[in-house]
Amino acid sequence: MTDFPALRLVPKADGPQSAKDFKTDQEVRWCPGCGDYAILAAVQSFMPELGIRRENTVFVSGIGCSSRFPYYMNTYGMHSIHGRAPAIATGLAASRPDLSVWVVTGDGDALSIGGNHLIHALRRNVNLKILLFNNRIYGLTKGQYSPTSEVGKITKSTPMGSLDAPFNPLSLAIGAEATFVARTIDSDRQHLQSVLRAAAQHEGTALVEIYQNCNIFNDGAFEVLKEPGTRDEALIRLEHGQPVLVGAGHHVVRDGDGELRVAPRTEGTAIVHDAHAAGPSTAFALTRLADADTLHHTPIGVLRDVSRPVYDTQLTEQLARAEERQGRGDLAALLAGSSTWTVGE
Amino acid sequence: MTSQVDQSEAVDGSDGDGPAVPGRPASGRTAKPIRRLDRVIIRFAGDSGDGMQLTGDRFTSETAAFGNDLSTLPNFPAEIRAPAGTLPGVSSFQLHFADHDILTPGDAPDVLVAMNPAALKANLPDLPAGAEIIVNTDEFTKRALAKVGYPASPLEDGSLEAFRLHPVPLTTLTLEALKDSGLARKDAERAKNMFALGLLSWMYHRPTHGTELFLRQKFAKKPEIAEANVAAFRAGWNFGETTEDFAVSYEVPPAKLAPGTYRNISGNLALSYGLVAAGERSGLPVFLGSYPITPASDILHELSRHKNFGVRTFQAEDEIAGIGAALGAAFGGALGVTTTSGPGVALKSETIGLAVSLELPLVVVDIQRGGPSTGLPTKTEQADLLQAMFGRNGEAPVPVVAPATPAECFDAALDAARIALTYRTPVFLLSDGYLANGSEPWRLPAVDELPDLRVEFATEPNGADGSFRPYQRDPHTLARPWAVPGTPGLEHRIGGIEKQDGTGNISYDPANHDFMVRTRQAKVDNIDVPDVEVDDPSGAARVLVLGWGSTYGPITAAVRRVRADGGHVAQAHLRHLNPFPANLGAVLERYEKVIVPEMNLGQLALLLRARYLVDAQSYNQVRGLPFKAAQLADVLHAALGSLDAQETR
Repeated sequence: MTDFPALRLVPKADGPQSAKDFKTDQEVRWCPGCGDYAILAAVQSFMPELGIRRENTVFVSGIGCSSRFPYYMNTYGMHSIHGRAPAIATGLAASRPDLSVWVVTGDGDALSIGGNHLIHALRRNVNLKILLFNNRIYGLTKGQYSPTSEVGKITKSTPMGSLDAPFNPLSLAIGAEATFVARTIDSDRQHLQSVLRAAAQHEGTALVEIYQNCNIFNDGAFEVLKEPGTRDEALIRLEHGQPVLVGAGHHVVRDGDGELRVAPRTEGTAIVHDAHAAGPSTAFALTRLADADTLHHTPIGVLRDVSRPVYDTQLTEQLARAEERQGRGDLAALLAGSSTWTVGE
Repeated sequence: MTSQVDQSEAVDGSDGDGPAVPGRPASGRTAKPIRRLDRVIIRFAGDSGDGMQLTGDRFTSETAAFGNDLSTLPNFPAEIRAPAGTLPGVSSFQLHFADHDILTPGDAPDVLVAMNPAALKANLPDLPAGAEIIVNTDEFTKRALAKVGYPASPLEDGSLEAFRLHPVPLTTLTLEALKDSGLARKDAERAKNMFALGLLSWMYHRPTHGTELFLRQKFAKKPEIAEANVAAFRAGWNFGETTEDFAVSYEVPPAKLAPGTYRNISGNLALSYGLVAAGERSGLPVFLGSYPITPASDILHELSRHKNFGVRTFQAEDEIAGIGAALGAAFGGALGVTTTSGPGVALKSETIGLAVSLELPLVVVDIQRGGPSTGLPTKTEQADLLQAMFGRNGEAPVPVVAPATPAECFDAALDAARIALTYRTPVFLLSDGYLANGSEPWRLPAVDELPDLRVEFATEPNGADGSFRPYQRDPHTLARPWAVPGTPGLEHRIGGIEKQDGTGNISYDPANHDFMVRTRQAKVDNIDVPDVEVDDPSGAARVLVLGWGSTYGPITAAVRRVRADGGHVAQAHLRHLNPFPANLGAVLERYEKVIVPEMNLGQLALLLRARYLVDAQSYNQVRGLPFKAAQLADVLHAALGSLDAQETR
């Protein structure tokens, strides 16, 4: 059984749980064929593995299609406001170390309106697991381009093509001092769950980008990564401690100037993936391998998983230390302060 | 009423209604005559780098320790170090202390300490004839005079003849006193505020022990600086004792306050303590999510020091994250608090709306300052009332509590927490810059007599079918159950989308939405708040003056003056602005004229007119400063006069 050190303060479940335990009685209201269904099913069937009490699990979301997620998880949950879920979840996680707190967000929610909260949650390293459903489009507002849309995207709000360069969410996360950065794909349940497992084990904030298909407004955005004919050449499956290989005939090598490059196997030696490398440079370079337009050479798996002090743990420690030093607070003494005078009858 | 100067009525900024105490020499510790006064107003003024706030704080502490009643008004620029020697760079601290109960920092200073020409020029218009002025002559150089537009030195051109001028070379005397200290000239010069403090401490017989102790603690790591400040402080005291320019000193006996143990406290400190107390009395951990903003940051600083009370403070990346984190903590069962000023409230509005919809307890503290936009960050105003009432999308009622004095901020914090916890709602606590930084004596409450704020979390399903219904309300308060994560069987999801009554499930049903909007409104309308008390001792008043917030001091002082002149005026002050006290409508009906002084353009008056169809008349000022008692007394006299005129017509 997997060990989850990040959950050591969360009460254990009394007995085994099943995916069914995590389903609610609410009708799921995503469009038929939406990638969110696959992610929901994958998460519901993964949760029992954590072995913690369902009532000590909380899903917090913002606004957007993905943010309906909490309604379908039979745990505690909050469907909040646009972009603010990381901030709300931070307050919850920082005050309740006995909870497993998950954030569900999308590319618009996390990277546009909520960009500030995302980067600060990452740098603070609060014990949060952030699932970023990236479909490279705005779904709930019916099809405008998003901060991850490719340049030139034709949408209702950009009839002549979008002009702004997209974010690479994983580059952004590493730049924001994230301690855990991973990517997976909605349709690959096994891979998705392996990444969720690694995220749940991680102490601190984990950012998991999940490529998710919006079959209404951006259908097939990740098809190249899913089609049996193209995926092997397009995907780079990262495994810690394993050489980084691409398809049957290529691998990733480090150039003389330190840059990473996809090269034929006959050329150079493949780098060996080290998710726990202290420095972020190689992980960052891996995030830059993919072509933003074609998604060729997209790495999936855990890019970075390093250890750094966790905000909420340290906050709790400060409280304990203050009480140790000063004793439990005495309200009457606090109110009186150091300088009083008495007026007699 | 005695003042330090002869024209007691003209100069008298008194708001005290105590008996007049004739000036008389009293025996004392010094060889010089001592004159007894019942009250004094002192203003320290200098460059923003001259340490005037510290000087004022110290004099206040000495005065509190002595047992006077007091009220203070710090006034400083938003810049940390505004250009030296300029009018905008002047920082001042006014202190009013008395042997009786007083309510305001006073209208006009009896004594001005001016550390440079800019400080003199900026404050001179506030001085009544006969006031004493102590100036640091060393700073009255040609260049410094020119900087503020003095063609000739006002110390020499006769323009200050109406005042009692004490020219003192403060810098020179300080340097002289510290010549053996080994300090560089620049460092030694910086102690000149302590020289001034020493001189004033001599003039008014303030106890000096506390200041010396304070200086030694403050500069514990730099003992040579500590000793230099103590030496300058003592030199100032000795200067007063020996120099002939200061012929008399003054005694203001301790005030006869209600029996009890007192301390001096500022509004922000009282508010911080109120929040800590609310945590203790509710048994809930306090979680403060905040982003630094003037004049609210001191609450963040203060609460950060009390981790041994289980208080968690979180300095967020922005205002929105501050309230978001507080709301997240409230979902988890904490007493969630966010602190800010008007611009921050604007940013938090959407989250306040979410809290209204989620029906979770949350205390939103707004230390109001001059607006709009960045406005006057360090100055006071009460122009956020309508923002607090209505500044959200949709029908999103939020209760509003407003303290009237610095010490009352303590009770207001407890009351805001009571309402939030009882009714599961965000609550606005509206303080302002004047209350935040002003201070007064506070009679310490007995901790075990503070309100009991304990809450019961939901532990069992409440539905007939064994389900948990997160929006099934308490029939009395209309509050919904507070079921916190970790409670088995009560797992539920809530959000900002409209919810079905009872189940909390998403609902777009028209009738349900209408019902939920009205129910949230009814919940706030039915909040239990005490009746507003009317002070009308003669029972003959036809004019009511009604205020809210920090105008309490000057309004009450004005009412005392009018009554002393034989006028009949009734006074009432609102601590609850949403909902209004149940008796407010009846109170308003009893008077022919209702005057509403506010430091805005008539926000409460607008609400009163809309709610009660009453011809409430506004008197407004938005100068970044509190009203003066004399100014409001004139307004009330005019109101009384107009009623008399109507009758004789």
